[in-house]
Amino acid sequence: MTQHYSFLQLIRQAFKHHEGWKPAWNSVEPRDEYDIVVVGGGGHGLATAYYLAKNHGLTNVAVLEKGWIGGGNTGRNTTIVRSNYLRDEAAHLYEFALELWEGLSADLNFNVMFSQRGVLNLGHSLQDMRDIERRVNANRLNGIDGEVLSPAEIQKIVPILDCSPNNRYPVLGASWQPRGGIARHDAVAWGYARAADRLGVDIVEHAAVVDIPLNRNTGAVDGVVIEHAGERKFIRARKVACVTAGNSGVVAALAGLKLPIESRPLQAFVSEPLKPCLDTVVMSNAVHGYLSQSDKGDLVIGAGTDGYNGYGQRGSFEIIEETARAICELFPVFSRVRMNRQWGGIVDICPDACPIIGRMSVPGLYFNCGWGTGGFKATPGSGFVFAHTVAEDHPHPLAAPFSVERFHTGAVIDEHGAAGVAH
Amino acid sequence: MLRIYCPYCESVRDEDEFHCVGEAHIKRPERPDDLNDQEWGEYLHFRTNPRGEHREIWHHAVGCRQHFNVVRDTETYEIRHVYRIGEEPPHEAVLDE
Repeated sequence: MTQHYSFLQLIRQAFKHHEGWKPAWNSVEPRDEYDIVVVGGGGHGLATAYYLAKNHGLTNVAVLEKGWIGGGNTGRNTTIVRSNYLRDEAAHLYEFALELWEGLSADLNFNVMFSQRGVLNLGHSLQDMRDIERRVNANRLNGIDGEVLSPAEIQKIVPILDCSPNNRYPVLGASWQPRGGIARHDAVAWGYARAADRLGVDIVEHAAVVDIPLNRNTGAVDGVVIEHAGERKFIRARKVACVTAGNSGVVAALAGLKLPIESRPLQAFVSEPLKPCLDTVVMSNAVHGYLSQSDKGDLVIGAGTDGYNGYGQRGSFEIIEETARAICELFPVFSRVRMNRQWGGIVDICPDACPIIGRMSVPGLYFNCGWGTGGFKATPGSGFVFAHTVAEDHPHPLAAPFSVERFHTGAVIDEHGAAGVAH
Repeated sequence: MLRIYCPYCESVRDEDEFHCVGEAHIKRPERPDDLNDQEWGEYLHFRTNPRGEHREIWHHAVGCRQHFNVVRDTETYEIRHVYRIGEEPPHEAVLDE
């Protein structure tokens, strides 16, 4: 049993020279059989397991992670959280997630360092501003906070942003969501892992799923075959819930399914640490870059996806150049900042830039994928609604519009470009 | 940065001259009106998205502006074959259908 984190515990441990802290969670050997197996131990998968245990009392659950906890996209994103999406279905889902974020540290007993420092989405043309006004109005009708700001108001919030009218891409205004912000991405994975572990969920690291055998008579899933510690092992499960982001196409193929998803690297980089100079999140669709400053002082900079499919977790050099250009256009003051690290995460992009949450045509098989370039912000909401969908074998009302059937019925939810910037 | 051979310019150029259009050899249904929603959805949206060999259409956007086919590995990014539109992929590149 892990320890409860509190001020009292901190004092108690201080007297033991902080040598009495136990691991936040235990990575265990898998058992032979579970009610539910969650494939993928990223933020969404761990959140799914946590809410299965917490909301539905299902604790005979295993999370299978092929690498280590927090090593995938959860540790590779730019940590931005916001809910200012245009379409009702998406706005409701992301707003539900944002509400969960607001109480998440207390709920998990783990400080996820959620900082509501506000998110600015800049507009650089007349059409940008029309789109921003439309989106802010849509947000407000959906009960989501948002304002349209003038360049003078933006300059007050971000004094170092270049708002000069003589720029190649002048800042004409912005949408402003004060409740948006950033969170500590690793802490989200660790916090959910620890909270799920405390409720009795098994977390298995270095266990790659290599097959999803189907029952010959019923056609339903029988379980999964994993490769773990150099051996292949079959784990029987009634339900298999896949939360595998960029590898969803590969995992779906194990069960003989095809998804409307293409996988591409989305990259980010961080600079050397600077003194505090930027206390909000700035995003721009037109010049395509977005950044914030972490508590360590480094600038966390995000970019676009590669222009072609790929599974290399690095991203194309061309995109680095493009993003650096965008950042220097917005913040000439950063033009000499040196970059420390660069990486890529493989994102699963749907034709309508919205996730797929729900049952698949194979009984007992569920997918939560297609979050594309914007999954981190949805982590708590995604886990919550997916856990409901898996536990009840019926979609949560917020997840219902996101079934894979929408690509057959035509009821797609077009969020490409509708959400300020597609990340 | 990928270096891509354009079969029309007959020279190798940098990736930023090109635009990747998407998966190649997706055949437009001959009688679209006869398809049901399931089949039409599959044609429009569902892709193979393999981890490994992938056949795709590229456009030499700021060069000769021609389209052509590329067989590329999505894991190593190695370009295995380049061939013109209308040509069949080299035999070893034919994927299981």
